[in-house]
Amino acid sequence: MDEARMARRGVGPRLWLAGGWLLLALLAAILAPLIAPQDPLAQDLMLERLPPFWLDGAEPGYWLGTDSLGRDLLSRLIFAGRIAFIVAFAAAIAACLVGSALGLIAGYFGGWADRIISRIVDIWMAFPPVLFAILLVAVLGTGLSSVIIAIAVIDWTRFCRVIRAEAMGQSRMDYVENARIAGYGRIGIMLREVLPNVVPSIVALLSLDMGIAVIVEAILSFVNLSISTDDPTWGGIIAEGRLSIHQAWWVLVFPLITLILTVLSFSQFGEALKARFDPVLR
Amino acid sequence: MSACLDIRSLSAVLPNGQRVLRSVSLSVQPGEVRALVGESGAGKTMIGKAVLGVLPSSVRIVEGDMLLEGEDLGRLAPKARRTLIGARTALIPQDPLTALNPSRRIGPQITDRLVRILGWSGERADKRIRQLLDAVQIRDPERVLKCYPHELSGGMRQRVLIAAAFAAEPRLIVADEPTTALDVTVQKQILRLIAQLQRDHGTAILFVTHDLGVVAKISQKVSVLYAGKVVEEAATADLFTAPQHPYSRALMAATPRYTDPLASLKPVDDAVLAGLAAEIAAADQAWRRPHG
Repeated sequence: MDEARMARRGVGPRLWLAGGWLLLALLAAILAPLIAPQDPLAQDLMLERLPPFWLDGAEPGYWLGTDSLGRDLLSRLIFAGRIAFIVAFAAAIAACLVGSALGLIAGYFGGWADRIISRIVDIWMAFPPVLFAILLVAVLGTGLSSVIIAIAVIDWTRFCRVIRAEAMGQSRMDYVENARIAGYGRIGIMLREVLPNVVPSIVALLSLDMGIAVIVEAILSFVNLSISTDDPTWGGIIAEGRLSIHQAWWVLVFPLITLILTVLSFSQFGEALKARFDPVLR
Repeated sequence: MSACLDIRSLSAVLPNGQRVLRSVSLSVQPGEVRALVGESGAGKTMIGKAVLGVLPSSVRIVEGDMLLEGEDLGRLAPKARRTLIGARTALIPQDPLTALNPSRRIGPQITDRLVRILGWSGERADKRIRQLLDAVQIRDPERVLKCYPHELSGGMRQRVLIAAAFAAEPRLIVADEPTTALDVTVQKQILRLIAQLQRDHGTAILFVTHDLGVVAKISQKVSVLYAGKVVEEAATADLFTAPQHPYSRALMAATPRYTDPLASLKPVDDAVLAGLAAEIAAADQAWRRPHG
């Protein structure tokens, strides 16, 4: 590909910056037990509310300071990343599979299939998504799998809507009609002709949805409805930080920055990937 | 010998009951090119789609038979009909830009059909496609086969589509305004290629167009269509020397001439249109009686 054209469209730096942050955060999460400077759960009241390293009163080994129970903030952020990524991948992939499949069917077959699926999506989307998730977790009970299910259940509609519209547009193209004339079956056409042309959108949405899953998981943690309270989560740390904002702002600010960077990176990464995957844009 | 395509009083309606095809009858003999002319909305493309079994779901055929090499398409089970149409017909589409799948390379895209639908070996299909790419004067088939459609120009894509259409040795090709979306200079070459391949392979073509110049060059027979009704059917030479129907005469008169393009570019006469409207109304009246 032509480098100048790539740079002009901003694909290069965007892909590398977003991908770089995600890779860093992901590696940190995977290697958490090896690289976390402290035990994320170890409390030490002698070390409570230590500031980050560049301020007076910081302790070596506690880079981003400690919270009101003396737990190391950096270690907690790193360990919380594990849950964030597990939830992001599992929930987004589940939502993607269900939503894309239904969207593809609705968009390609149209008619009754479309009417039924679209009505379900309309009704589904009438529920406020976060409240819906909170309700689901309250019913399913807290725990990692409940959170994943809850997020998948509220997010599949996003895939369904977008992929339906894309599949519908593709289905009207002459090459789909040509395949029909040539004698291909409808399911074969849907998978071979239509699906590859909506894959770039699926990829972009998948990445975007991982970001959204991270946010929803953080919100659920924030209201104490995520997994058990022992394991640190970004939302949980934010909730704790909110209580001590005047004494220790860092406990709120660092997880927020981590969260924002991660969500932003997911959405930007998706857009950049889409541009790469799309044979026409490419 | 039976006709390659025989359409007998085919009528199709929209959901509101309006007829879009009005008892259309036409036939294409083996190896013959029949042009289907008419203005936009006359139903030319609709007839092509009906033959190929890809009418929009809102259009319903209410009467008439279509026989492809003597087999009544209406009487076949859907699956058998698809197989028959797939094996015996092909389409050269109007817009080469949307007729190729943008996410698949040209090679697999056009050989896939021969292998998967017609059961050829990959080797045979590959050889055949190369022969045809050569016949449509594509000089570097290696490169073209590896390209994605967007990497080729409109004219090149139309060549590829023509090659693909002839590859499976269909008996009938529906060419739906195959030159309209192309540059004027490319149009001529494409038309010449289609004519050449048609002669070499002896394929029957139903050639949909609104361009009388194209009709004169390529076809032996013409059906003139107005508002979904065949108003005149003739051998091409006869239509050009002695058009019978007033509408055909008006169409002839409306063809722009190089000597004086502006003066010769005139709309169809009001009296002719009024005559046509009356003719259509009468036909609908007669048709409605037995059909309620």
